[in-house]
Amino acid sequence: METLNYLLQGFAVALTLDNLMFAAVGAILGTLIGALPGLGPANGVAILIPLAFSLGLPAESSLILLTSVYAGAMYGGRISSILLNIPGDEPAMMTCLDGYPMALKGKAAEALAISAIASFIGSLLATVGLVILAPWLAKFALRFGPAEYFALFTLAFATLGGITGKNQFKTVIAACLGLMIATVGVDISTGNQRYTYNILELYEGVDFIIAIVGLFAISELLFFIEMHAGEGLKKVTLNKLKLSMADIIGVLPTSLRGSVLGFISGVLPGAGASLGSFISYTLEKRLVGHKGSFGEGDPRGVAAPEAGNNAAANGALVPMLTLGVPGSGTTAVLLAMLVSLNIQPGPMLFTQNADLVWGVIAALFIGNLILLLLNIPMVGVFVKLLSIPPKYLMPVVTLVASVGIFAISNSALDLYFMIGFGLLGYVLRKLHIPLVPIILGMLLGPEMEKSLRHALTISDGDWSILWGSGLAVGIWVVAIAGLVLPYLIGPILRRRMAAQAEKSHSVVD
Amino acid sequence: MKSSSIKTLIASATLALAASQAGAFEQSRTAECIAPANPGGGWDFTCRSVGKVLTDIGLIEGNVQTVNMPGAGGGVAFAHTVSKRGDDSALIVAASTATTTRLAQGQFAGMDQEMVRWVGALGADYGVIAVSKDSPYQTLSDLMSALKEDPNSAKFGGGSAAGGWDHLKVLIAGSAAGIEKSSLPKIKYLAFNGGAEAITQVVGGHIEAFTGDISEAQGFMESGDLRVLAVLSEERLPAPLDGIPTAREQDIDAVAPNWRGFYVPKDVSDDAYQWWVDTMDKVYGSQEWQDVMTKNGLMPFHKSGADFHDFVQQQVKSIKDISTEIGLIK
Repeated sequence: METLNYLLQGFAVALTLDNLMFAAVGAILGTLIGALPGLGPANGVAILIPLAFSLGLPAESSLILLTSVYAGAMYGGRISSILLNIPGDEPAMMTCLDGYPMALKGKAAEALAISAIASFIGSLLATVGLVILAPWLAKFALRFGPAEYFALFTLAFATLGGITGKNQFKTVIAACLGLMIATVGVDISTGNQRYTYNILELYEGVDFIIAIVGLFAISELLFFIEMHAGEGLKKVTLNKLKLSMADIIGVLPTSLRGSVLGFISGVLPGAGASLGSFISYTLEKRLVGHKGSFGEGDPRGVAAPEAGNNAAANGALVPMLTLGVPGSGTTAVLLAMLVSLNIQPGPMLFTQNADLVWGVIAALFIGNLILLLLNIPMVGVFVKLLSIPPKYLMPVVTLVASVGIFAISNSALDLYFMIGFGLLGYVLRKLHIPLVPIILGMLLGPEMEKSLRHALTISDGDWSILWGSGLAVGIWVVAIAGLVLPYLIGPILRRRMAAQAEKSHSVVD
Repeated sequence: MKSSSIKTLIASATLALAASQAGAFEQSRTAECIAPANPGGGWDFTCRSVGKVLTDIGLIEGNVQTVNMPGAGGGVAFAHTVSKRGDDSALIVAASTATTTRLAQGQFAGMDQEMVRWVGALGADYGVIAVSKDSPYQTLSDLMSALKEDPNSAKFGGGSAAGGWDHLKVLIAGSAAGIEKSSLPKIKYLAFNGGAEAITQVVGGHIEAFTGDISEAQGFMESGDLRVLAVLSEERLPAPLDGIPTAREQDIDAVAPNWRGFYVPKDVSDDAYQWWVDTMDKVYGSQEWQDVMTKNGLMPFHKSGADFHDFVQQQVKSIKDISTEIGLIK
C-alpha cells in the first residue's frame, strides 16, 4: 500500500504540464533515434544529456526526458528492422527475422502494429515489475556492505561481455581503458592526487558525461563524414492496417512470456536488452515448434523479441536505481547523468529522493502509453522521418552536444576533451573495440576500488571479509558463472544467432 | 595586508553610519556568481538563491547570472578569479568550509586565502556525529571514551575525501575530547561519494559512526534510523532540531560550522568590496533570505567584511594545524 501511495505521488510529479511535455518529446525523439540505424539507445541518451543540461532542467525533468528517450528508442528500433531488414539498434536484431518477411508479404503495417502492442505489454509489465521489485531490493540493499559491493562490481565486470558478446578480449581492453581513465584525479580514500600533473582541471578526474558524449556522439559524426552518407534510406510506403482483435489475442501469450523473460534478463547486471530479445525469440520458437512459421513472417516472431527487449530495458533500471550498478550500456549512461546531477543512486534513493524516483517510474507508465499512441496511428510519420538524409541530422547532433557540454562547465578545455574522446571513439570502433565497457570501467572502477579499500579497512586488512557473508558468496558464484559461461555456451548461442540471421538474409553488420 | 584590513574596518564603520555613502559605487546592472561545481550542489544553491534574493528585493538592478565552473573542489574557479578576473567588481564566487579546507591543505597549488577578498557568510550547516539506532553509544562522550581506549573501536564514514572537512570534524571532536595526538591518525575514516551513501553504510551496520552535516542527517534522524550524538555548534540549533545536544554540553569543546558565503577578486576597489559587504548584510537581514534559510535547513550564521576575513584566516590556521598534527600535510 505504501508503494501505491508513492506511485500516486509520482504521478503527481509526472503529470505536471512540463513533465508531460518532456515525456512526449523524449518519446518522439527516442523513437526517431531508435529507428535510425546506427544511433542506438546509449548514443541517443548520450546525445540528449547535454540538451538537458543546456536547458537547465531540474533533476526529475531531465531524468523523465532521458528515460522516455530510452523507452522510445526501444520502440523505434523495430521500425527499420521490419521495413528495411536493418536493425535500428542491437536489441532489434531479432525483430528482423520475422518482421521483414511480414513486410515482404505486404503486411508491414500489421507487423509494426503487433510489435508496438508487444512493446507496450513488455514495457508495462516490466514497469510493474520495477514498482514491485525495486523498493524491496532497496530495503534489502542495506545488507550490502563494502565487501558485498565489491563482489557485485566484480560481477558487473565479469558479465560485461554479455553472453552474446563477440570478442571477450576486446571487451577486456575496453574495460581496462575505462579503468585507466578513472584513476585520474584525487583519490578520495587518501586525498592524494593521481595523474593530475598539477593541472587543476584534472583534480576531479575526467567527467563521464564528456567521455560519453565524445565517444558516442562525436565518433558517430566522424563515421558519417567518412561514409559520405548524404542520402537517407530508401523511401517505404506502408500498406493500410488491417488488424483484427483475434490477431492481437493471438500474440498475447507470446508477449506475456517474452515480457517475463526480458525483465529477468534485464535485471541481471551486464546482460541487457539484446539477451532479452534473443531469449524470448528462441524460447518462443521452441515452444510453438512446428505449428508456427517462424522465420517466414510469423506475427509471434515479431511479438516475442519486442516484448523481450522492452521489458529488459525497464528491468535494467532495477539494479541501476537500487544498487547504483547499471544493467546495460544505456543505464550506465543514465547513471552517469544522475551522478552529474548530484543524485547518488542506491538503497537510500527511494527514501531520500522519493519524488524523483517515483516521478520517473510514473513517467515510464505515461511515456509507454504515449509511445503506443505514437506508434500505431502515427507510425507513418516515423517512416517518413527515416528518409531524412543524415547530412541534415548530424550537424544538429554535433551542435547540441557541443553547446550542452559547454553549458555544463563553461570550459573550453572540456570541449577539447570531448573532441579527443570523439577521435578515440572513432579509432576504437574501427578496431571493433566496444565502447560501453569503457564507460562502465570509468563509472564502476572507482566504486570498486573504494569498496575494496573500505572492506579491508573495516576488517583491518583481513582479505577473508570479501567472502565473509552468504550474500557475498552468492554474488561471487554468479560472477564466476558470468565469467565462465560465455566460453561454454557463448559460441553455441552465437552460431545459432548467426544461422538464423543467415536464414533471413539479414544484412546485419 | 594589515593596512588594508584597517582600511576596510574604517570604511565599514563609516558606511554603516551613513548608508547613502554606498551610492559612491555603482554596481553594474548584471552581476555574475560563479558556483565552483556542477548544478545541483551546495555552491550552485548558494549562488542561485542569493542571486534570486538580490533581484527580488531590488539590491541589484538587473539579474545575477549563475555560472557553473566545476573542478578541483573549487580550485578551478579560484584560479580563474585570481588570474583572469582580478578586478571584476560585478563578480562573486560561492565558497564554504570546503574551500578553506583545501586552501589550508595547499590543494589549490600555489594559491592561498590572501589572493581573494572574503565578503561574508550567510548561514551555515553544522557538523554532526551520529550512529545507527541500534548502536551501543548513547552520547558523544561514550563514543569518545571508547576511542580513547582503542582508536579502532569505531570506524567513521563521511561524504568528503580523506582529510576533507567531514574527516576533520572527527579529529576536531576527538582532539577536544582529549584523545592523544598520536592516536588521532589511528581513527579510521572511510570516504564515500556523499553523506547519504555513508549513512546507508552506518544504518546497514557495516560501519559504526557517521560524520557529516546536519542537513545530510536530518531526514534519517526523523525516520528514526540514525541517532545524532552531538551537533558541533556553539548553541543548540533552532526547533525542530533543538533536541540534539551540542558537543559543548558534553564537555567536548568542538565547533564545526560549514558556512556558506562568498569571496570577490583581490583587486576590486574598496568601495566595490564595501558595496558587496553591505549588500550581503542586507540580504541576511531580509525576510526573503530568512525564508530561504528555513526552507533549506540553513542555520543562523552571519559574518561579513573584516569580521569574516578574520574568521577565514582563523579557520584556515586551525585546519592547517590539525592537518599537520595528523600528518595530512607535511
